[in-house]
Amino acid sequence: MNDLLSQLRLVGDWLTSSKQWHGDEGIPHRLLEHLTYSGLSLLFAALIGLTFGLLVGHTGRGAFAVASVANLARAIPTFGLVVLVVTLAGLSTTPVLIALVALAVPPILINTFEGVRGVDPDTRDAARGVGMTGWEVLVRVEVPMALPLILLGLRVAAIQVVATATVAAYPGLGGLGRFIVDGLSRNDYELVIGGSTVVVVLALVVQIVFTALRRFIVSPGLRVSAAKP
Amino acid sequence: MSDGEPLVRWQWIGDHAGELADYTAVHLRLGLLPVLFGLIISVPLGILCHRLRWLYPPVLTVANVLYSIPSLALFMIFVRYTGLTEQTVMIPLTLYTLSVLVPNVVDGLASVPEPVRLAATAMGFGTVRRVVQVELPIAVPVVIAGVRVAAVSSISLVAVGQLIGQGGLGYYITRGLQLDFPTPIVTAIVLIMLLALTTDALLVLAQRLLTPWSRSKVTAS
Repeated sequence: MNDLLSQLRLVGDWLTSSKQWHGDEGIPHRLLEHLTYSGLSLLFAALIGLTFGLLVGHTGRGAFAVASVANLARAIPTFGLVVLVVTLAGLSTTPVLIALVALAVPPILINTFEGVRGVDPDTRDAARGVGMTGWEVLVRVEVPMALPLILLGLRVAAIQVVATATVAAYPGLGGLGRFIVDGLSRNDYELVIGGSTVVVVLALVVQIVFTALRRFIVSPGLRVSAAKP
Repeated sequence: MSDGEPLVRWQWIGDHAGELADYTAVHLRLGLLPVLFGLIISVPLGILCHRLRWLYPPVLTVANVLYSIPSLALFMIFVRYTGLTEQTVMIPLTLYTLSVLVPNVVDGLASVPEPVRLAATAMGFGTVRRVVQVELPIAVPVVIAGVRVAAVSSISLVAVGQLIGQGGLGYYITRGLQLDFPTPIVTAIVLIMLLALTTDALLVLAQRLLTPWSRSKVTAS
């Protein structure tokens, strides 16, 4: 217990020291970098994943390919991929961002697809029966009903991207992982644990944002029970 | 990387075959023991959540929050308590598996048809015997679907442990970066993916053997 308290005190000291809040090595700048990497790659991944997920789910064509991609993608060691990209392309942000997009697409793609495909065929028939076109069925019936799973896919992708962006500090990228990696190489435990704390807080915020989104935009008739990654 | 360096130098792989095998074994241990521990925690916890409905939402929230914490940060938090040891990698990986395994145990138990439950009770099964001999076997396909997801993610996450010196094949990822030499990195990535996909295939096989009565496909997203 004493140990936990001293760890908390360490984090407190680190967080309240004024040098953490200024300049290129400060928390605001690192956080901004982290959010930029994560936000940009999530945005592009969402554009790709949602488009193809909706397309495949709606038409039913390419289902096998989607399932295979998702299965294969989970097996990729993200750390290895990021390090390989830096070794091959040199230390620049764009190749790493492309790798992050590639890692974030599969969870969005598979969950969007599963969500749309999981819509009850009777519901779809009823929608056509009242005269909706294919497009209207997609936008007004399938997407709203698939929303819980679509949000789950986006959440898993966001978690993945935030975590991988942290690890990307090892081959030399900026972001919050810098504190941990630099702290490790300098044997500065305060820096390591302070940086970890900021990363944990960011992860919690991401989690809260998605819980809130789910509450506000999913139709109350559709509160599916438990979500899993 | 210097110009003209190929993505893979086959010679290197041949020269390091023995060493690669050793790291592969370590990698498997670091990746799969957490799944086993996760299962040992999740089965009783899942049964409890299935029986006490109020317990499930808070347990699930905690598991999901743990899952959302990036592995690098979680490793560092444990370094203070368990040092630069294998436990520091395996404890967080165990915690990650809970967010898939607990819901799958609960869903699996929920998939037991009510008439089956009633029939078991009518045949004189007590609660414990009914859960162990009737409900859990029926839940196996859904539980294994969760184990597959947990095992594949766990095996691919081990590599990050290399940042505290315990990453199995992740050793070759950092080594390749230090030497500016892509062959070890590519080799590690391919081996890790092969381990993950082979484990996945073996689990599918295990499910077929364990549940000869069900040949229907269960998938987890």
